[in-house]
Amino acid sequence: MSSSSVHVSPLSTYIGVFAGLMFLTGLTVFVAFQDFGALNDVIALGIAGLKTTLVVLWFMHLKYSEKLVMMFAASGLVFILILLAITSTDYVTRIDILGW
Amino acid sequence: MHGAGAIGEPAQHHPQLEHQFETLDQQRESASLGMWLFLVQEVMFFGGLFLGYTVYRNMHPEAWSLGSQQLDITLGAINTVVLLASSLTMALAVRAAQQGKKNGILVNLALTTIFGLTFLVIKAFEYSHKFHDGLVPGSAFSPNPALGAPPQLELFFSFYFVMTATHAIHMVIGAGIIAVVAWMATKGKFTPVRHAAVENLGLYWHFVDVVWIFLFPLLYLLGRT
Repeated sequence: MSSSSVHVSPLSTYIGVFAGLMFLTGLTVFVAFQDFGALNDVIALGIAGLKTTLVVLWFMHLKYSEKLVMMFAASGLVFILILLAITSTDYVTRIDILGW
Repeated sequence: MHGAGAIGEPAQHHPQLEHQFETLDQQRESASLGMWLFLVQEVMFFGGLFLGYTVYRNMHPEAWSLGSQQLDITLGAINTVVLLASSLTMALAVRAAQQGKKNGILVNLALTTIFGLTFLVIKAFEYSHKFHDGLVPGSAFSPNPALGAPPQLELFFSFYFVMTATHAIHMVIGAGIIAVVAWMATKGKFTPVRHAAVENLGLYWHFVDVVWIFLFPLLYLLGRT
């Protein structure tokens, strides 16, 4: 006979994650109105990354999932980074002949 | 003999264990892996749009900045909050399923649906505003001349509409699946050891939320300094 070992997070965990998401949302709107130059993009994406981490680890239970499940999820991140990084190597190395 | 184990083992099975699995954990993990694999594919699906956005934004930063300023940051922020709230109630629905609380599942799925519909209604308002402002790409594209808009403004709005509409379609699909899962819940199909449908619906819904977490700053928050 087997039993299932599912980790049930306490309600306070979910409320806490939600509070964190609310705070980060407010932060990203606030920072958008400040002039940090090129850093604005970095901060915006960084905050989005933090919110995603909160959602993925606790709402999607990845923190309490098996290692194989974690690897599947991580592969998504790996492939999207490859797509963006390698495509960028094309565009950032183009000489502006035609001004396109 | 139903649910027989390996040769020599006595036949034993949990009534909710399908015969091709050895343990309930394995059954649950298999369902989870399948869903995550689909979500990885969805990341690449939206990834193509984000890639196009990235390339053209770097080529035409001024058009992107101007386009972003035409979007209603208040409505966008409200929608972000609404969607995050829907993820909270969805997570609580899954938690109720883990505890075998049928009413908890139904109440939280209902709340999730309400939040989701709110998001879509606000989106519909935004789209109609853009239509009236002449900012829908195509033959009807006629922005206010006072904007001094570069031609790539239309390109920005192409990305705005395609990315948010694709996201909205995913939400509508999610709402449909919520209805199906809610019906299954009323039929008593979910127990603490078997509720993969609720869990995987949750994964799907949170993914759609994560897409918006990136869409909001990239579309709404440019050129605000």
